[in-house]
Amino acid sequence: MEIRKFNWQIWVGFLLSVVAFLSYPSVFVRWPITRDFPWANLLLFGVAAVLLFVGVRRAFSPDRRLRSKIAASILTIFSFLVLGFFVFSIFVASKWLPASHGAPQIGQQAPDFTLADTSEKPMSLSDLLRAPINAKAASINPRGVLLIFYRGYW
Amino acid sequence: MAKFHAAGIRPVAISVDLPEVSRDLCEKAGYTFTFLSDPKAEVIRRYDLVHAGQGINGQDIARPAEFLLDSSGTVRWVNLTENYWVRARPEQILDVANALR
Repeated sequence: MEIRKFNWQIWVGFLLSVVAFLSYPSVFVRWPITRDFPWANLLLFGVAAVLLFVGVRRAFSPDRRLRSKIAASILTIFSFLVLGFFVFSIFVASKWLPASHGAPQIGQQAPDFTLADTSEKPMSLSDLLRAPINAKAASINPRGVLLIFYRGYW
Repeated sequence: MAKFHAAGIRPVAISVDLPEVSRDLCEKAGYTFTFLSDPKAEVIRRYDLVHAGQGINGQDIARPAEFLLDSSGTVRWVNLTENYWVRARPEQILDVANALR
């Protein structure tokens, strides 16, 4: 059997595009600089595209089998689908948020509420505004409360 | 987080998670600030922050949002992100917090 050199560019290019996608939620969201705009991921996609381009050219050289050309085409298409899905989920779907026109605005009084904390103890906003904060053994009266609403893990 | 406490700001996280879910999260992540549970999204609704049907079983959950209140409960700063990957940075909030009186 004739030995052909393994077309590694295609496979590495494909794997790199998957890594470029998955590394955003798992790695690059940790730092605001790579989170606010996913340039690190787009850079990885760029490197993947170069490898795929080289790999496709190699696969379509006359000495390679049909199987190699088909595999290269499929992996390239999948890589572009991964990129498309990445762009869609980061730049399009993530902006499908409610407008929240009725949310409290600057200068307005935040509506009071009472909710259970992690020890199931009811806490009201007015308690939270008044109760002292224990910072480094010293108790200080809060100057403010930062309400952080988040999606949760359901 | 210690910086928030040092600035006299009490961070309070609110989601639809049950208290035990938040407790697990706090234990794993080492969070020491207050986590409140709003499983029926009642407060989230009152603040007009419901993101309908986005939970894993189609529950209503909160969209990401941050409010800085002064000690009288008045809103002094709001962040309603337009992209849920982009959140307020702690330094931004601390700047506003330090200007509070």
